[in-house]
Amino acid sequence: MALDRQDVEKIAHLARINIDKKDINEYLGNLTSILDLVDQMQRVDTQNVEPLSHPLDAIQRLRADDITESNQREQLQQVAPAVEEGLFLVPKVID
Amino acid sequence: MFSKTIAQLARGLKDGEFSSCEITENYLDRISAQDNKYNSYITVTPELAMQQAKAADAVIGAGNAGIMTGIPIAHKDIFCSKGTRTSAGSKMLDNFIAPYDATLIEKFNAANSVSLGKTNMDEFAMGSSNENSYYGPVINPWGENRVPGGSSGGSAAAVAAQLAPAATGTDTGGSIRQPCALTNLSGIKPTYGRVSRFGMIAFASSLDQAGPIAKTAEDAAILLNVMAGFDPKDSTSADKPVSDYTASLNQPLAGLKIGLPKEFFSDDLNPLMAEQVQAAVKEYQALGAQIKEISLPNTALSIPAYYIIAPAEASSNLSRFDGVRYGHRCDAPLDLEDMYKRTRQEGFGPEVKRRILVGTYALSEGFYDAYYKKAQQIRRLIQQDYINALKEVDVIMGPTTPQPAFKIGAKTSDPVEMYMEDIYTLSLNLAGLPGMSIPCGMVDGLPVGLQIIGNYFAEERLLNVAHMFQQATDWHKNTAPGL
Repeated sequence: MALDRQDVEKIAHLARINIDKKDINEYLGNLTSILDLVDQMQRVDTQNVEPLSHPLDAIQRLRADDITESNQREQLQQVAPAVEEGLFLVPKVID
Repeated sequence: MFSKTIAQLARGLKDGEFSSCEITENYLDRISAQDNKYNSYITVTPELAMQQAKAADAVIGAGNAGIMTGIPIAHKDIFCSKGTRTSAGSKMLDNFIAPYDATLIEKFNAANSVSLGKTNMDEFAMGSSNENSYYGPVINPWGENRVPGGSSGGSAAAVAAQLAPAATGTDTGGSIRQPCALTNLSGIKPTYGRVSRFGMIAFASSLDQAGPIAKTAEDAAILLNVMAGFDPKDSTSADKPVSDYTASLNQPLAGLKIGLPKEFFSDDLNPLMAEQVQAAVKEYQALGAQIKEISLPNTALSIPAYYIIAPAEASSNLSRFDGVRYGHRCDAPLDLEDMYKRTRQEGFGPEVKRRILVGTYALSEGFYDAYYKKAQQIRRLIQQDYINALKEVDVIMGPTTPQPAFKIGAKTSDPVEMYMEDIYTLSLNLAGLPGMSIPCGMVDGLPVGLQIIGNYFAEERLLNVAHMFQQATDWHKNTAPGL
């Protein structure tokens, strides 16, 4: 599955990372060699092998629907880049 | 004082030989005098440390001291610590003052230990050399042009340079064991879920686990006693009773069955290191252990499987860094998308970006089955190899790394070459098993690590097996030249 420059641009867009045009070739080279490495997997027959997503095959724990956390908005917003009246500010989304 | 273990410091504190304030002051002075050589700390917290030391001395004075009371340690800068910058080695979090404590930090605070500061690391724990830190590379005390390993390279270098008696680390693919091997220390990656990850900045959630980095297996056991345990705040935390990891350290090893996987002694292994590991195995035979050759046939596949699973999970975990709620935000964004894209371009370093891109690709439409699902199936095969092997033997041993500490810059041009360094450590995280690295020899003046792998929740046994080796040998007592 060979990648080209457009693939790199598309992946970077999906990942919401800006990549300068001059850097695309380097990413292309790196990603290609990483994908070549992982392509070793395709040689292995894994038919009927159950995928392992949790090493102990644990399931999600449930808890009672009780309020356990207090509101810490002010404290948590102290580290935010921009806030106003308790809201996180971002560039205008709707005209 | 700086060569003392936690066990020795605790004895001295109890006997009134010195106070926690004295130890802490001495370490803080040493850090400010010497860390410019190693760059092992990102943030030193002298005020907090002295405040905690005073409180600890009061606890000792009142006769209520536990073993960690008044003992200074360093924490990897991946654990949120309230009121202190928690950077994860990234520009993205350079301005992030954690608003709460990780459970691990809470536990050490509750044990009245003293926090010296936060240690350097590969950005978001992605790396095997500590060269991927926004705060610059860490220097291995064993050689000024050598890497200390990664990603917990700052923690390892700090302990090896005697700038902390011990430190915490995290291990997603070897990030505790490999730095320990490269700096002559003893560390354990516990079973997946044994130590709470609440407040530990996430890299790959199905692999991440925290553990101690120490001078001896005994110290690692003391630290794990503080760290281990169920935490309702961590949905992956194991709800199982915790042993006293120091209780059976001295249990004799007669009859212990050790498996040596032939795949761990292949041509990739530096032959001089192989000799040292074999010599350690002979030592275990002298202690009464029986040796059996075993096979973990899918070992080589751990690299491709890991380098899909870890980046895929990282690409998802790191999507939270978007410049909205905390961390870096780019200047003058044109619109929301521009803000996301430039924030992430500026905030992440090259290796983190590479892994996010690989992970994003692996999870993208049309490729999920070929990459992520395939890697999870291979993960099952790797786990099955271990389950089969551990039916026949009590522990598995081999080298921790294929070679001793390499030179700074030697492997930075090709990410894949760096990934090959993790060949002996990755499979353990994929299987979720516990593993240790302890010193077992020297090659060309550089330390060699022996890896010891056990069954799920067999940390007590591993620490016992490591401790008995350290009762019979002196490798762990070697300190870096010039200390």
